[in-house]
Amino acid sequence: MSLDYENDSAGLEQLIGEVLEAYPEKFAKRRKKHLTVAKAAPAKEGETDAPLTECDVKSNIKSIPGVMTVRGCAYAGSKGVVWGPIKDMVHISHGPVGCGHYSWSQRRNYYVGTTGIDSFVTMQFTSDFQERDIVFGGDKKLEKVIDEINSLFPLVNGISVQSECPIGLIGDDIEAVAKKKAKEIEKTIVPVRCEGFRGVSQSLGHHIANDAIRDWVFNKGESEYVGGKYDVNVIGDYNIGGDAWSSRILLEEIGLNVVGNWSGDATLAEVERAPKAKLNLIHCYRSMNYICRHMEEKYGVAWLEYNFFGPSQIEDSLRKIAKFFGPEIEENAERVIAKYKPLVDAIKARFKPRLEGKKVMLYVGGLRPRHVITAYEDLGMEIAGTGYEFAHGDDYQRTGHYVKEGTLIYDDVTGFELEKFIERVRPDLVGSGIKEKYPVQKMGIPFRQMHSWDYSGPYHGYDGFAIFARDMDLAINNPVWGLMKTPWATKAA
Amino acid sequence: MGKLRQIAFYGKGGIGKSTTSQNTLAALVDLGQKILIVGCDPKADSTRLILNAKMQDTVLSLAAEAGSVEDLELEDVMKVGYKGIKCTEAGGPEPGVGCAGRGVITAINFLEENGAYEDVDYVSYDVLGDVVCGGFAMPIRENKAQEIYIVMSGEMMALYAANNIAKGILKYAHSGGVRLGGLICNERQTDKELELAEALAKRLNSKLIHFVPRDNIVQHAELRRKTVIEYAPTSQQAQEYRQLAQKIHDNSGKGTIPTPITMEELEEMLMEFGIMKSEEQALAELQAKEAAKAAAAV
Repeated sequence: MSLDYENDSAGLEQLIGEVLEAYPEKFAKRRKKHLTVAKAAPAKEGETDAPLTECDVKSNIKSIPGVMTVRGCAYAGSKGVVWGPIKDMVHISHGPVGCGHYSWSQRRNYYVGTTGIDSFVTMQFTSDFQERDIVFGGDKKLEKVIDEINSLFPLVNGISVQSECPIGLIGDDIEAVAKKKAKEIEKTIVPVRCEGFRGVSQSLGHHIANDAIRDWVFNKGESEYVGGKYDVNVIGDYNIGGDAWSSRILLEEIGLNVVGNWSGDATLAEVERAPKAKLNLIHCYRSMNYICRHMEEKYGVAWLEYNFFGPSQIEDSLRKIAKFFGPEIEENAERVIAKYKPLVDAIKARFKPRLEGKKVMLYVGGLRPRHVITAYEDLGMEIAGTGYEFAHGDDYQRTGHYVKEGTLIYDDVTGFELEKFIERVRPDLVGSGIKEKYPVQKMGIPFRQMHSWDYSGPYHGYDGFAIFARDMDLAINNPVWGLMKTPWATKAA
Repeated sequence: MGKLRQIAFYGKGGIGKSTTSQNTLAALVDLGQKILIVGCDPKADSTRLILNAKMQDTVLSLAAEAGSVEDLELEDVMKVGYKGIKCTEAGGPEPGVGCAGRGVITAINFLEENGAYEDVDYVSYDVLGDVVCGGFAMPIRENKAQEIYIVMSGEMMALYAANNIAKGILKYAHSGGVRLGGLICNERQTDKELELAEALAKRLNSKLIHFVPRDNIVQHAELRRKTVIEYAPTSQQAQEYRQLAQKIHDNSGKGTIPTPITMEELEEMLMEFGIMKSEEQALAELQAKEAAKAAAAV
């Protein structure tokens, strides 16, 4: 993490000012608080792990209609992110058909299992509300849906009820239904109050989903699992493109026993036995810190944030994790780091010369805008700007440990702002989502989707780094960019 | 047939909206008017006195059985009662579940789309309680009721409700053209009831259309599932309802945009009439009472 570079702070401050000028005064004043340029953090005496920069901005407040925010809703946060990947449960999109249908299989959270027999992730279940269900209430229908699921898929281990907006509006008592049916079918049923109108983004949905685990899974009673001394849970790895698998290898290689992966490729049993583990390893802090804090408070399970993007962070994280378990594991960690050194060297040797000095702008969800930064730097690339869709204040504080002075920071960026920033900074690569992909490519700038890994992945772990490096090279050094012509710019013959 | 007139009766729950509206409409039919009643109360009791029986087949209960309103025919939900008055009830969920407001919207749309409003002179909506949500405001939106009649009494809560309904009407008065037809006071024999009703009507930029005196004959008729008009056509009470019907009939186009007052203004008004006591008054009385108690104990 020694890459040394600094962006043009003054120029970027001026750019923010120019972009804001396009807005009406009141709106410019509001948006100004969400934009900044990272400043050098004041050195604090005796602090060993001080942040490099300060990049606090206002965050987690309501987006303004018309700005083309890319945020999602609470239902997306609960059903799409936290609950959806738990594979041996059926997750009912409770309400009208659209929310479930149009979000069907949109996250690439991989799993192993036989779909329709013991795993249900890529299936879509909805109570398909009709006018009648709105007027007369949908509780009876929900009971019927639960019965049907249980008879069609007898191996299902549990059911979650993911509330769409109308459930909260008409005041259905899904908790009563859950209790009644859980007793009848003798399986876990979790009602989740993640109505889309709640909160300002998907972030509240994560929190509500975490609380539902606490209230409807943990509170059911203790798991019969007998824990071992090297048991850990991986929390907040959704196994996008297989991320959790390429992470698990490393944790097992240093001698740890991963008893739960939340929630990519997870089973309900993994969730139930989580409080028996010795340590919770959080990858996506934003979406699952809540339940880790709860497990610490109630069951005394410590938690640790780690980062498996790129070799520098992997090494750091492995050492940090190993330290928690003592010398034996620490020794293993060093051995594992050494084992992968040749792989890392080979990747760097091949790709660094092709990527060195390339500038990157990121705009992702609640974790990756900071977590992937060092992976780029490991390849000699520089981060010109980064921003989150739905981060909170604590995320921006953590971001200060990653970004260099003069990095452009944008919170819940508007379509206009992002386009202007990209146009002026003209980075060599933009990493964001599907909505940004084509406009950016039309601007002649290479792009990678950093939510779905652009149908590639995994990007976690050493194996993931190899794929990450290859993908970035494929995007940036694609010969197609040399074929873009601007006929109006050439001299008339 | 002249232009279709649409009116609606609103008012606090239990004030006697359904009784008053059905008696009035029964009198109106004697004036040669063709009438359709749209009951917008999940209790479905807006047509009981006209049909001499409680309507069983509400729009929404039938729709729920059939699957959706698209599966219904108008004949299924429309019954003909006293002197040809057409009756429909929206119906709705049992108390505490679902969304009755959405039910009202669904039912009214169904009736309109299926021609229930054709070949009638009057459509009358009888709407539950207060304007609690958008669904129950449906009848006062654009192209629905032109005049709203608020049924009230001299009781404090009925006055509060009347003022609140006026707020609802004001909200739609400019966009949709709905007007406040007037207040109908259903006598409860409270202090200075007539004066209070007239004063409130004035404050709301409206008028007291009629003061309906209390008469037990209404209850006698109601027990027999009949309007007074049908049960005792020669009674004084029947005459009162005929007067009210005539006044409403003549009131066409004379509705006003209400000027609802604030809670404080309403309370001041009640104090003026001695219905509500000021804090000082209440305290003084309490002290006097305690003093009397103490004196008695000695």
